[in-house]
Amino acid sequence: MSGMNAMGARHPIDLTVNGQRRSIEVFAHHTLLDVLREDLGLTGTKECCLVGECGACTVIIDGRSVDSCLVLGVEADGAEVTTVEGLAVDGRLSAVQRTFLETGAAQCGFCIPGQLVSAHALLADVPHPTRPQVEEGLAGNLCRCAGYEQIIEAVLSGADLGSSTADDGRDQGRLSTPAMGDRSATPDAELAPQ
Amino acid sequence: MSSNHGAEAGAFGVGATAPRVGGLERVTGRQEYVADLPHGDALHVKLVTVDAARARVDVIDGTRARAVPGVHLVMTPADLPQPMPRFGPQRRDRPVLAVGETKYHGEPVAAVAAETPDAAEEAARLVEVDYEELPAVFTIEAALATGAPLVQEPSLRPGDPLATTNILREHRYGWGDVEAASNQADVVIEGTYAFPMVTQFAIEPHAFMAAPDGDGIAIWSSIQHPYWLQRVMADLVELPLSKVRVFAPDPGGAFGGKQHAKYEPLVAFIARRTGRPARLVLTLEETFQAVRRGAAEVRVRAGFRSDGTLVFRDIEANYLIGAYADIADRTVAKGSYTSNGPYRVPSVRIVARSVLSHTVPSTAFRGFGNPQQIWAVESNMDEAARVLEIDPLELRLRNLARRGEAFIPHETPADGDWAASVSRAAELISWGGPRQPGRGRGIAVGLKSGPTTGLSYSTVRLLGDGSVVVYAGTSDMGQGARTIFAQIAAGELGAPLEWVTVVMGDTAVVPYDQQTSASRSSVLMGNAVLAACRDVQSKIRTMAARLEGLPDDGIMVDRGEVRIGERVLPIREVLVRGLGRLGGEVIGVGEARKEADPDHPLGGTSAFYEFNCTAVEVEVDRDTGDVTVTRHVTVSDVGKALNPLQVRGQDEGAAIMGLGHTLLEHYIFDESGRIRNLGAIDYRIPTTMDLPLRMESDTVENEDGPGPYGAKGMSEGALLPVAPAVAAAVRDATGVVIRDLPLTPERVWRALHPELTGAPEVRQAIEGAR
Repeated sequence: MSGMNAMGARHPIDLTVNGQRRSIEVFAHHTLLDVLREDLGLTGTKECCLVGECGACTVIIDGRSVDSCLVLGVEADGAEVTTVEGLAVDGRLSAVQRTFLETGAAQCGFCIPGQLVSAHALLADVPHPTRPQVEEGLAGNLCRCAGYEQIIEAVLSGADLGSSTADDGRDQGRLSTPAMGDRSATPDAELAPQ
Repeated sequence: MSSNHGAEAGAFGVGATAPRVGGLERVTGRQEYVADLPHGDALHVKLVTVDAARARVDVIDGTRARAVPGVHLVMTPADLPQPMPRFGPQRRDRPVLAVGETKYHGEPVAAVAAETPDAAEEAARLVEVDYEELPAVFTIEAALATGAPLVQEPSLRPGDPLATTNILREHRYGWGDVEAASNQADVVIEGTYAFPMVTQFAIEPHAFMAAPDGDGIAIWSSIQHPYWLQRVMADLVELPLSKVRVFAPDPGGAFGGKQHAKYEPLVAFIARRTGRPARLVLTLEETFQAVRRGAAEVRVRAGFRSDGTLVFRDIEANYLIGAYADIADRTVAKGSYTSNGPYRVPSVRIVARSVLSHTVPSTAFRGFGNPQQIWAVESNMDEAARVLEIDPLELRLRNLARRGEAFIPHETPADGDWAASVSRAAELISWGGPRQPGRGRGIAVGLKSGPTTGLSYSTVRLLGDGSVVVYAGTSDMGQGARTIFAQIAAGELGAPLEWVTVVMGDTAVVPYDQQTSASRSSVLMGNAVLAACRDVQSKIRTMAARLEGLPDDGIMVDRGEVRIGERVLPIREVLVRGLGRLGGEVIGVGEARKEADPDHPLGGTSAFYEFNCTAVEVEVDRDTGDVTVTRHVTVSDVGKALNPLQVRGQDEGAAIMGLGHTLLEHYIFDESGRIRNLGAIDYRIPTTMDLPLRMESDTVENEDGPGPYGAKGMSEGALLPVAPAVAAAVRDATGVVIRDLPLTPERVWRALHPELTGAPEVRQAIEGAR
């Protein structure tokens, strides 16, 4: 946000986002969603309806899933916030992130950060939910690709794997690139610079 | 699935449930949509609108708005080139800003560009617009009434005999002799069926950015057709194509609503005027005022012999399109051309009109004009089955065109075993089996013509280490095109899926693609990618021949392997030896065309048909009118499922989206044409709480499509017959026929209790019983 805002002064807040302490100054009228996206550059949390109906902006605040468009930034002072960027731990995808990939739950992907955060919040409360509990837990997250069946399956099978991060050796951000035969066969190494 | 399995070359080739390419970004929040892009010093744009559908705009005063700190520009029509630039995919009728008069609720009259979104928003509120509300037409009846105000000035439609009416165009199709056939029918069933105005509601609101780019301009848009947008922009700002660079990051859902230019021209003019990048991210409410599906009223008269054989169909459809044509008239033409459906009918007459109104311009939306017709014709079939006392399933099977049958004259013959899909759906839902009291079952089919023309180019680079880069100008908006192209290249060039990169979304880098629509991409771009891989393979063959000192024709290259007599080598081995000391790469180019046919009413025959059969079971609460879908079976003829996981996602997603317009969704207007249910609170789309209690999807795969390995397009089919299948099930459960959508609890309850509401019960018109 530019400093030349006509809307009044900024207020200092301290909050913990994905385990990191952040001290920032925010406008009184800016939502937590604005703060995450614009001030902290965490654009994984999405903006759609801005009235708390679509769930695209879902984050976890002090253990509860919340629409970040309905919370002012100043209200998050002192809070612990988890966004989609914080679901993978130490570079490893959470069980539910993995099952979302495996069941094909992510189509266009725009609602998926919110779905995943809601799923994490649900599984923290109810580690082994029934299908109706999953449906209710995700009722506030719209998906227009309507990949609901695969999303629900992903949450159920993620619950089976345990809601903590699973250690299967897969690095976040880089599905390990498999070696394909002997790379020394490529001639690059011996190519003389021109 | 562990990533090691992927290391086997071709393990995730076609036909496998390969993980989505781009999936990791989507589950980690790192996928960047247009609104997520770094925007540095971009100005933020806010639209200025008036609270009326149709209004005469007298004065726009930006004085107070300009005084807001950080405001750089209040763009009014006077600040744009004169005459006002207009654009549109069918007609150049949409102005960059409203000229003199707004034509629909939400049409911008001005725009503000400022340093911050806050400043832009505040200033937009301070733009003073003197306007006078004028009478608007926003129903078919009002738009067609004698003396109705004209939505478009006749001067915009020179030489058009309909220019003094609100009919933009009338389409007439047909064959045989309906009048003569009327006398041969034992039973004629007639009804008029209404389809509501609904909106795409992609969860990603449309977002646009434009920036001066050297001596040209760069545009960012969540757009399905980047190359079409490039043409529109080049034309508007008078630059050669090479100076207009369109970046098209993956749309966060599109469904047709992101096919054509909307606010890119406005943002581009602001960027050129200010010399600064400018960005506009719509609110969800503004997307409701930017895109929607055409509403329709369809009258169907159908004649049958007493054994159920269809004798004639007489179809008259009025589509309520918006104030500007966008691509709406094409949806009317294409949706109506095949409105007789997949049936063998000797005499057919189809009249379809695009009716202009003071409403949001309607545009493409999954199904492209067909769901409206299919709702009508398939509901009519169900009513006919009841009158004829023939099982609705049997009635369909009796009339369904067989493979190879020219069921529409001079059109692509039936290209699938459609009865197989119908039989499979019936089997899955235990059609003839017992059912619980209070429940009903319904079945319906849907047919949609695929692309009528097409042109896709692809470049495939086989790099020196055997990894692959595919260039494809398709937009991956969730349908998974990127994954399909990677699978094709991985399989054909013998690379693991993880070694394939697919580059999309940049017109300066990626070769031309006509468009991402009509479920074409697996077929057309898929064929282009396959052709480019074949080009690479042929170069590998020449390479192998050179290395082995053999003639080319003794060597075969296919599916990642080089066959030299009895020997089989991986492509990579030949590649590395063949490239030699200098290294380098092998480049292949591919092209896929679907040629036009100027004599065809649609400009070309159908590349393929999407065919789906949907069977549902519902429970109706007689006290509340609430409809619960207890079972939903959807079976699509896909030719070949290139990725079964993605096919399932598309089928089930389309099915649930179809339940939206069937049970929940519709725009509501006030008496002057303003939309009363803008946004997510008052306009409901399906959530996890609205799902069928049981959803089953299946496919028929006979590898009989024109795409790679026999694939057909398939992303729309499962939406097409949802509404008539559900309404038929409601009728089966309650005996009540409803011809208006959506089947809200109120509407169903009123139909169930005519004695309490005074609502006339729908009477079935049956004439000509001999």
